[in-house]
Amino acid sequence: MSDQGLATYLNESMLPYPFCPGCGHGPILDQLNKALVELQLDPRKMVIVTDIGCCGLSDRFFNTNAFHGLHGRSVTYASGIKLANPDMKPIVLIGDGGCGIGGHHLINAARRNIGVTVLVFNNLNYGMTGGEHSVTTPMGGVTSTTRQGNLERPLDIASTVALNGASFVARTTSFDKQLSDLIVRAIRNEGFSLIDIWELCTSYYVPFNRFSRKSLETTMTELNLASGVLKDETRPEYSRTLQERAKERSGEPAMPPVPLEPSFSHALPRRMSFVFAGAAGTRVGTAASAFCRAAVLSGLWASMRQDYPVTVKKGHSVAVVILSTEEIFFTGIEAPDVVVILSPEGLKKAQTRLPSLGSEAVVYTHATLAPIEVPGRKMELDFSQAGKHAMRKEFWPIMAVGEVLRDLGILELDALCEALKMQPAYAEANLAAVEAGRGAARPG
Amino acid sequence: MREFMTGAEAIARGAIHAGCDFFAGYPITPATPILLHMVRELPKVGGVAIQGEDEIASIGFCISAAMTGARAMTATSGPGISLYSENIGLAIMGEVPLVIVDCQRMGPATGGATTTAQGDIQFLRWGTSGGYPLIVLAPTCVQDCYSLTMQAFDLAERFRVPVLLATDKETVLASATVDTASLKKVPVRERKPAPEDWDFMPYRVEALEAIPTFSPFGGKHILRFTTSSHDEYGYLSKDPITVDRLNRHLAAKIDSHVDEIARLDLDAQEGADTLLISYGITARATKEALLAWRERGGKVSSATVISLWPVPEKALLEAMAGMKRILVAELNLGQYRREIERLARDDQEVVGIHRVDGDLIAPAQILERGGMR
Repeated sequence: MSDQGLATYLNESMLPYPFCPGCGHGPILDQLNKALVELQLDPRKMVIVTDIGCCGLSDRFFNTNAFHGLHGRSVTYASGIKLANPDMKPIVLIGDGGCGIGGHHLINAARRNIGVTVLVFNNLNYGMTGGEHSVTTPMGGVTSTTRQGNLERPLDIASTVALNGASFVARTTSFDKQLSDLIVRAIRNEGFSLIDIWELCTSYYVPFNRFSRKSLETTMTELNLASGVLKDETRPEYSRTLQERAKERSGEPAMPPVPLEPSFSHALPRRMSFVFAGAAGTRVGTAASAFCRAAVLSGLWASMRQDYPVTVKKGHSVAVVILSTEEIFFTGIEAPDVVVILSPEGLKKAQTRLPSLGSEAVVYTHATLAPIEVPGRKMELDFSQAGKHAMRKEFWPIMAVGEVLRDLGILELDALCEALKMQPAYAEANLAAVEAGRGAARPG
Repeated sequence: MREFMTGAEAIARGAIHAGCDFFAGYPITPATPILLHMVRELPKVGGVAIQGEDEIASIGFCISAAMTGARAMTATSGPGISLYSENIGLAIMGEVPLVIVDCQRMGPATGGATTTAQGDIQFLRWGTSGGYPLIVLAPTCVQDCYSLTMQAFDLAERFRVPVLLATDKETVLASATVDTASLKKVPVRERKPAPEDWDFMPYRVEALEAIPTFSPFGGKHILRFTTSSHDEYGYLSKDPITVDRLNRHLAAKIDSHVDEIARLDLDAQEGADTLLISYGITARATKEALLAWRERGGKVSSATVISLWPVPEKALLEAMAGMKRILVAELNLGQYRREIERLARDDQEVVGIHRVDGDLIAPAQILERGGMR
């Protein structure tokens, strides 16, 4: 870089452009170069991002960083660069084809107002693959895939991104002598910028439709599309905002260890498995997880599987727990040793397991459930004496865990309380529930 | 030190330990918990985590962020990994270090969102056009989720290639006791940097199997990244000699280092003529089946495939050498058995043990198939 700065960003050794005679791509690239010379961006702090189509050949003509990616995805790559390093200036060169297949990315980049500049090389058809129709082909337009004229309404790219949050939007043609000024403004904008640049595809759209420079303007008029700057406003740029938000959390420990040092005794006679079956949304998993952590605090190994429908708060919620004095490899169970059933949904789900139960098994069922026949010991859980917890189903699982521990004596109740205290936000309520549930279990 | 955590937590912690500072993903059962952990935790270490508008955007963000110097990870499941396919090819072609977690669920298509499976195994290897190699590791348990995520970053950074973690719904969502003190922490690997005063050729390699030096977007050099066949400068090329060398390099950089990447965990017993082969969650049933098998007086060995791709062929051939019968257990209809069958001798019997109803293969199923029940 001389004192006068860079006189050109073009790689002269790569010229001339390979585009067809009369194609608008070359003139747009010249205007982009003019804009870059005016802006004097560090070529290492900007990236020309392209994808597929004739305009995707453009990055090689510039002595700057370049990212050449998949069809229509250039906005995602530009966004990734900006997210990872907000000091970068990604400039996307994309065709109307890319705007079609990747329209979702354009809309969302605009919504975020991420600092990406998009130049649309909009020649109203697919030039590289043989003149097929694109999302911007005017109605009636003849292309190799719309021989009798296009039936689809063209997409208004510029208005779409303007409506959805882009902070700088313009529409013009490749013949616009002031295009470089627009590009300068687009790049200077901190947020998302897009210039929809209409141009001629002299190999396909022009001969198929007797289209001309004048036709570009009349088509715009017929579609009632304004040209020039359509939007220029200041909105916070996304990657910087994200960076600032992150700073608020900076330095907090990320996922610090939660050690469960063995500090309680246990009386687990052998490897045992437990099924807790209740209603979704009643904290079955939370209670089973506390049970497991209590076991780990007692020097045991624990595993827990959960099963619930995707709707999360409706239907069943089942947790399967295994406790062992040795490492647990297989986390499935054939016949559980203990089954706790707290709701009709849970009963329905657990029912299939009941015939497999051995005579040593213990089944705890909520008092309101219909009596069931099981080979082993049966216990009933009646929370009606549990005061304010009696009707609050979200406390039934943790009350049940407390009673199972009191009844079986395999873990100290203090281990469960210690496990519950490790989640301070809910500790008080859960500890109170464990106490309120005392005595709820009785032979059924 | 013992802890109690889900596989998703273990993956997130492994990633943070490995220096991960960029994550993008799209919500999908059962991979969503990983997205939630990363969105919550990465800002604390100065990283960026974002929910993309879809899977294609999410992996796109990760790829270009990685080329901007980030250590990037994404996580998804069957439908999402299908959408990743084209960009996985781009990451192979552009030599992008990237960790991809596939939390397998039942397929095909939407399949069973909350049911576990191992049906993506061949897709992960062959699911992008061109057929060039990448690395796939399969954690068997929550502890593995932690350590293999660290390993995945190490391999991705070293070989500049996508490394996939082939896990499953069960392993990611279930919780288990983890002995975190016994985990070997893998040191954070730096990519080999390009010399500062150098006419930077981002795709220059001295030998076919070598890895190019790196300079990020925004660094000291001009970086040209491309998904198209290219020369050493990153310019599109159709020159047959250049293209041939590039494609052979993409294969050689993995194939020539198989011994350093491949991993098979062997539990061999003297005199055994039956070998149990499995990977991922199914390896845990195999482990219990093995213990029961031996308890009943039978002789049996087991091999757990940790690196599904590249296939640990040398170690497998050694493990299979004296065997009459090889049982391959997997939650699909015999996808990895293909790899074993092509390695087996004609006089060796290769038997598949399958399950595709959404539940796990139980130790009993393996014992029964082996005639030990």
